[in-house]
Amino acid sequence: MSELIIKNGYVFDPVQGIKGDKKDICIKDGKIVDKVGSSAKVIDAKDKTVMAGAVEIHAHVAGPKVNLGRIYRPEDKLFSCTPTKGMERMGGGASIPTTFKTGYEYAKMGFAVAMEAAMPPLFSRHVHEEIRDTPIIDEGAFPVFGNNWFVLEYLKNQEIENTAAYCAWLLKVTKGYAIKVVNPGGTEAWGWGLNCLTVNDPVPYFDITPAEIVKGLIEANEYLGLPHSMHIHPNNLGNPGCYETTLDTMKIAQGIKPKNKFGREQVLHLTHTQFHSYGGTNWGDFESKAKEITDFVNKNKNITIDTGNVTLDETTTMTADGPFEHHLTGLNHLKWANCDVELETAAGVVPYIYSPSISVCAIQWAIGLEIALMMKDPMRCYITTDHPNAGPFTRYPRVYKWLMSEKARKAQIDSFKHKDKVLSQTVIGTLDREISLYELAQMTRAGPAKSLGLAAMCGGLKPGMDADVAIYNINPDKPVANPDDIEKAFSRCAAFIKSGVQVVSNGEIVNNGNKRTLWVNVKAKENPQVMRDINEKFVKYYSMTQANYEALGHHFVPNPYAIEVDATN
Amino acid sequence: METVTITMKNAPALYLEADTISPDAFAGKSATQIAELPVFEGNSPSTLGKYFEISGSAGATAADTKIVVRGDVKKVKYIGFKMTAGEVVIEGSTDQYVGAWMKGGKLTAKGDVGAFAATAMKGGELIIEGNAGNYLGAAYRGDWRGMSGGKILVKGNAGSDIGMYMLGGEIVVNGNTDVHVMTHAEGGKTIIKGNAASKIGGQMVEGTIFVFGSIDVMMPGFKPDGEVELEVDGTKAKFARFIGDMGERHKKKKGIIVYGNLYKKI
Repeated sequence: MSELIIKNGYVFDPVQGIKGDKKDICIKDGKIVDKVGSSAKVIDAKDKTVMAGAVEIHAHVAGPKVNLGRIYRPEDKLFSCTPTKGMERMGGGASIPTTFKTGYEYAKMGFAVAMEAAMPPLFSRHVHEEIRDTPIIDEGAFPVFGNNWFVLEYLKNQEIENTAAYCAWLLKVTKGYAIKVVNPGGTEAWGWGLNCLTVNDPVPYFDITPAEIVKGLIEANEYLGLPHSMHIHPNNLGNPGCYETTLDTMKIAQGIKPKNKFGREQVLHLTHTQFHSYGGTNWGDFESKAKEITDFVNKNKNITIDTGNVTLDETTTMTADGPFEHHLTGLNHLKWANCDVELETAAGVVPYIYSPSISVCAIQWAIGLEIALMMKDPMRCYITTDHPNAGPFTRYPRVYKWLMSEKARKAQIDSFKHKDKVLSQTVIGTLDREISLYELAQMTRAGPAKSLGLAAMCGGLKPGMDADVAIYNINPDKPVANPDDIEKAFSRCAAFIKSGVQVVSNGEIVNNGNKRTLWVNVKAKENPQVMRDINEKFVKYYSMTQANYEALGHHFVPNPYAIEVDATN
Repeated sequence: METVTITMKNAPALYLEADTISPDAFAGKSATQIAELPVFEGNSPSTLGKYFEISGSAGATAADTKIVVRGDVKKVKYIGFKMTAGEVVIEGSTDQYVGAWMKGGKLTAKGDVGAFAATAMKGGELIIEGNAGNYLGAAYRGDWRGMSGGKILVKGNAGSDIGMYMLGGEIVVNGNTDVHVMTHAEGGKTIIKGNAASKIGGQMVEGTIFVFGSIDVMMPGFKPDGEVELEVDGTKAKFARFIGDMGERHKKKKGIIVYGNLYKKI
């Protein structure tokens, strides 16, 4: 394989503590190395910023609910299609882009890894077919466990070992990456027309509470020693006053220590925190509780979060939180799709317009930014838009702009129709923090990689790590004249090298890379009871046989990268 | 106002997507520059000049530009697409998406037009002297934002699904319409001087429909609400009033529920 050297760039790498030093980055055989020979191809990064490839910890980019969005929203593709161009196939879609456009857009922004945040296990084959068709970026998918009948039944009897054995089996057959929990118990309760809005609301029939599900899954996660922690979308998403449920959920993790060999330090990852940080009792007195939430996270080192920033766009919401989507369509009267996934989960899809002239949307925008600005440790707070729920991932550069420039935030606040209301219900107007390039590298690279248990592989530029390197048209020595320049620079990187191969040059795709599917292969103790239970459920309840369930072979996972976990001891 | 005349000379083998035939795209351009404007024939990119002979030159702005389209343009789509000002006259019949997403100006088709004319129209005036196809002034596929402003006059008949998801503006059909009028509408007005088929105002939240002729089958979701004397588009007459669609949600304004209105001339 060829050698590469990136010369003269300003390097930002939290893994090695490099804060904008001029440094050459050497690449050989897809890895970062100390030095290369004189024949290495030179990429000049003079006056440019060099960072590791970015890591997406939470996005909905592949699978049946994403595709349902694409199918039932042809208007999302209206005026957003791009024809075949050079290396690129045609693509389309604004909030729910086609698989190809998804891969290209991430690569053009310098992303190396993206995690699909909610895989319905029954449809893992569909998820993997879409992952396969998303070029360049490495992807993994989190199967959802929080409303799964096996989990509910085992945890009702506090059977952590059996839960863990089931999780290990499911990760293996679905080629999953982590334990995802969405509205624990609430989505199952939706099957009875109910919901769980607090951690103590019992799930009908199963007679278990969300708190018991969360605690049990954290324990099962640590029992197995998985690379990522339990990844949770708590109960009561998106409702005024929901921050109390969020605090109650996080309290469950207190005192639990991480146990893994991947350097992960958290036992709970709280996702799209913005949607879970609302105070007030209705949409009229709706207010930010970002301070209460970030105070708690700042004090509890065994929790990481991502933001879920609202980008003020027209988008498509989609979640395994079925009852929430039903609630949402009642609010905005737009088209609603819903699906029950047998013994496992459910999903809903509703289009949504975050309008800057609606005070609630503007307050949501402020809350997302407040969370990022109030978190003391950027290694534990990652930037997401919960794509496409709070906005499309293609808006990340705009979120970076708002975080890195107080001027840009002020301009946005001044343009709001209900500016005074936004300022009275939030503290965004009092925050003068501006995220630095180094902090941005922590929040988008080193941090999420560490939380995912991938710290040894990506998110940094240390010799031995994967050679994912993004070069941006930003000269950190010069003051930013116009905040829009930040957005422009991060939208299209000058160059992006993925696994040692240059895939983007001057913002254009030049190579379709060699994408991988990341999954976690747990070697667990044999558990005949769980195997018997699985067999029984397939015979009695599932609409398909166990033989047709597994996502396997070249068709579904053509280029797998398995992370081995030994949980036999 | 400057006039550009484009005349079909080499008819396309496939349908031509000519969204550049609009005063906005022509403004400030010479005949030669207009000939270079991009179009699609099927899935192949091409130029306007390959099919049309172009004479005259455009005004400095869209408002100063008039386009006259001559010859057989039955296989041309998107004439007047997104136009904001100026004038377009199509001397014959044309295909789909005439005046789609138009915001202003005046567009006249002297013959018939295909489906999806004035899709999501926001303003301006569309006059169809022949017949209109289906989905006149409707929303784009999947979208919930149909025609929101402007005026459409059809001198002949209109097809089905006109004014679907209509939010505002006015459609007048001098002839008859097929099934589905103002389905899902949340505003706007449609006047049908001839007869209407069935499913008139289905799932209508707000908006008004007048039918001068007969309605084959009334929607069961509409409730009789008395008789009124009204002057509609210059005609004074007595109308039977119906409100609905009772199966839909309806907003309250000043404590009173606002229904969709259907008036049928007695």
